[in-house]
Amino acid sequence: MDHAVETTLTVNGTPVTQRIEPRQHLVDFLREELGLTGSHVGCEHGVCGACTVRVNGEIVRGCLMLAVQANGCKVETVEGLSDSKELAVLQKAFHEKNALQCGFCTPGMLMAAQDLVRSKQKYTREEIRAHISGNYCRCTGYQSIVDAIEEVVNGQG
Amino acid sequence: MKAASFAYAKPGSLAEALALLKRPGAKVLAGGQSLIPSLNMRLSAPELLVDITGLSELKTLSLNGNSLKIGALVTHSQIEKSPEVRKHVSLLAQAVPHIAHAAIRNRGTLGGSLALADPLAEYPACAVALDAVFTIKNSKEERKVKATSFFKGLFETDLKEGELLTAVEFPTGGKSVFLELTRRHGDYAIIGLAVHESRFVFFGAGPTPVVIKAGSLAEAQAALAKVEPPADLYNTSKTKKHLAGVLLERAWTTLSKPH
Repeated sequence: MDHAVETTLTVNGTPVTQRIEPRQHLVDFLREELGLTGSHVGCEHGVCGACTVRVNGEIVRGCLMLAVQANGCKVETVEGLSDSKELAVLQKAFHEKNALQCGFCTPGMLMAAQDLVRSKQKYTREEIRAHISGNYCRCTGYQSIVDAIEEVVNGQG
Repeated sequence: MKAASFAYAKPGSLAEALALLKRPGAKVLAGGQSLIPSLNMRLSAPELLVDITGLSELKTLSLNGNSLKIGALVTHSQIEKSPEVRKHVSLLAQAVPHIAHAAIRNRGTLGGSLALADPLAEYPACAVALDAVFTIKNSKEERKVKATSFFKGLFETDLKEGELLTAVEFPTGGKSVFLELTRRHGDYAIIGLAVHESRFVFFGAGPTPVVIKAGSLAEAQAALAKVEPPADLYNTSKTKKHLAGVLLERAWTTLSKPH
């Protein structure tokens, strides 16, 4: 049955208006309707963090928010933050520290880590680990990811 | 895993929301951090989701005399950052960092967690320990229910069809301790303990929060000996009971320290 709802949101600065089926979650909408495949779909029940995106400035699970709920919201994805260079320092650190292997978790990991970078505070490794505890990586064992984030959050004057 | 089809409405007023909730097959959508996974896994198939997140009157936090009233839509992150909560309802402030992860705390709500009544969740035990009072509304009237009578069974509460939990009043002050054991940060608890004054409330120890009132550690230990926590995938009932005893001693030590 057609339950589509007209929804207007801003994605990476571009306004989008579309009729959306309520059953479609935000990350599927971004990937399948807008072609923004940087945000990944892993578990689809809020455990893995691969779908992490920013809504109105706060990180959320893209699989645990309906796309229709983003009506009137400002959505930012890893594509937007890469293009704006907001993630550039973190991306360089991930590259240099070998903080990824297969790269599936990386977009979500960057979105979560950037939260700490933006706060302009210093963090212990333990606090960094707590903050990315909702983002699963099956390759690296996290050590190098924490190394990269630590360098950026604690290295910035 | 994709959700089955459903209709969606986002009411602009509480009256409109309560009217929509009377429809058959209607379900409340608040933060959605438990509901949406259950939709994605097709464990739940509502006909209509009533998205209440537009109701600003449910997002307020106000200090009135000896209680802090928190609206049902206040998120875990807002509770985590609130100086009022930290100052006046320390138990909640201690509990909230244990709830899932940052991205989930940004959307999950107090009311959503309480209305779901997950036996492993933090807030139900806190609400019982604090003797909190719940405000519940339907399209005709408002009623108040004490936390101790709200939780009826596994994912079962005193909420009736067409009703909405709108706010919770927590008493301010007093000594509190919150402890939880998990394998990894943000996981569901193996066992947890919320203590306020002489009220010890375990979660993960039964279908609803398990209350022990005790004036001494020995009394509390004797009461705990009668509790049979349900085993989970990784821990036997005996292990959980042992761990509950460990938390009890830790809590007692913390409470006994002079402030």
